[in-house]
Amino acid sequence: MSNDPIHQFHLNKLIPLDIGGMDISFTNSSLFMVVTVAATSAFLIWATSGRGLIPTRGQSLAEMSYEFVASMLRDGAGSEGMKFFPLVFSLFMFVLVANLFGMFPYFFTITSHIIVTFALAMLVIGTVVFYGFYKNGLSFLKLFVPSGIPAILMPLVIMIEVISFISRPISLSVRLFANMLAGHITLKVFAGFVASLGAMGALGIGGAILPLAMTVALTGLEFLVAFLQAYVFAVLTCMYLNDALHPSH
Amino acid sequence: MGNKDDDLADQQRKARLSSLEQRLAKSRAEDAKQAAPSTGKPGYGNALKMSSEFISAILVGALIGYLIDTFAGTTPWAMIIMLLLGFVAGVLNVLRSTGSVADPYQAGWVSKPDRAKDQKGSKKAPDDLYDDDD
Repeated sequence: MSNDPIHQFHLNKLIPLDIGGMDISFTNSSLFMVVTVAATSAFLIWATSGRGLIPTRGQSLAEMSYEFVASMLRDGAGSEGMKFFPLVFSLFMFVLVANLFGMFPYFFTITSHIIVTFALAMLVIGTVVFYGFYKNGLSFLKLFVPSGIPAILMPLVIMIEVISFISRPISLSVRLFANMLAGHITLKVFAGFVASLGAMGALGIGGAILPLAMTVALTGLEFLVAFLQAYVFAVLTCMYLNDALHPSH
Repeated sequence: MGNKDDDLADQQRKARLSSLEQRLAKSRAEDAKQAAPSTGKPGYGNALKMSSEFISAILVGALIGYLIDTFAGTTPWAMIIMLLLGFVAGVLNVLRSTGSVADPYQAGWVSKPDRAKDQKGSKKAPDDLYDDDD
């Protein structure tokens, strides 16, 4: 069991709940979502409570994260997009903190479950579609009609654009999920090599140095991936929101 | 007397403020220039991005085709056609994210002059970000 790379993704019911035949148990995944949200909120509230003109380390970290997301959103969706700042900031911080929590040994990585990332992606696309129709009415559908295409090709091109649009939430969620899942499994497999080689005597211990070095390197890479995937998720959210704000192209 | 001193101090303050603004704008521009390429991406991250875009479009195409077939009873024609269209959309997705094909979100397909105008300033940066996001 200790060497099973999949074991870390098992869901365990901590508080079994059943309402009307629906299993809504409080699992370890739910626990880590609560912990992620609580830690993020607690940190931001604590860090900004001082309101110093000269920020402390904590405050400057909070301001940095604000500035980072705000400039990303302004670049991606224009200053009109700032009305979505709470959404994008929450998504970014949630994914980032969840990914980083996943790097602690024995912690559960909630973003390694596709249903979680898919729900986040659907939240984004749902917002884009609802706001796009709310703001632009039916002209939101221009998103699927590139200009300067011969009329005879229109049905084909529109079909392709629609498929391309629907594939967005899927690729958005699969990308985050696959990165986290693959990274954690690789890490676990290489770390498992260290243990099993080390049990094979002197020669094995010598051979175990290689996977150990690999594990150390992969850990660094995983921290990079954890940040990068949260960043990519937020950047793509901004781009999709831009479509909702300015659909004509 | 005092009034003149105030004026002088005021002018100096203004001059210092404007020079500070200039320096700030300059350093911000440099920051922005450096920010985009500094995201060192692991190659496999890029591979995952491309493949997820490609595969998801094919899956969506197949799913739409399957649903049409189920409801219209045209098995297997809609699925065959939509699977092929999904393949096309997947290739389009990949080409767009590598930048080989004009992205509709870039200037290429923009038809309305007003959009080109109001997007000019903010349009450059997101595409940079999008290109080397993973």
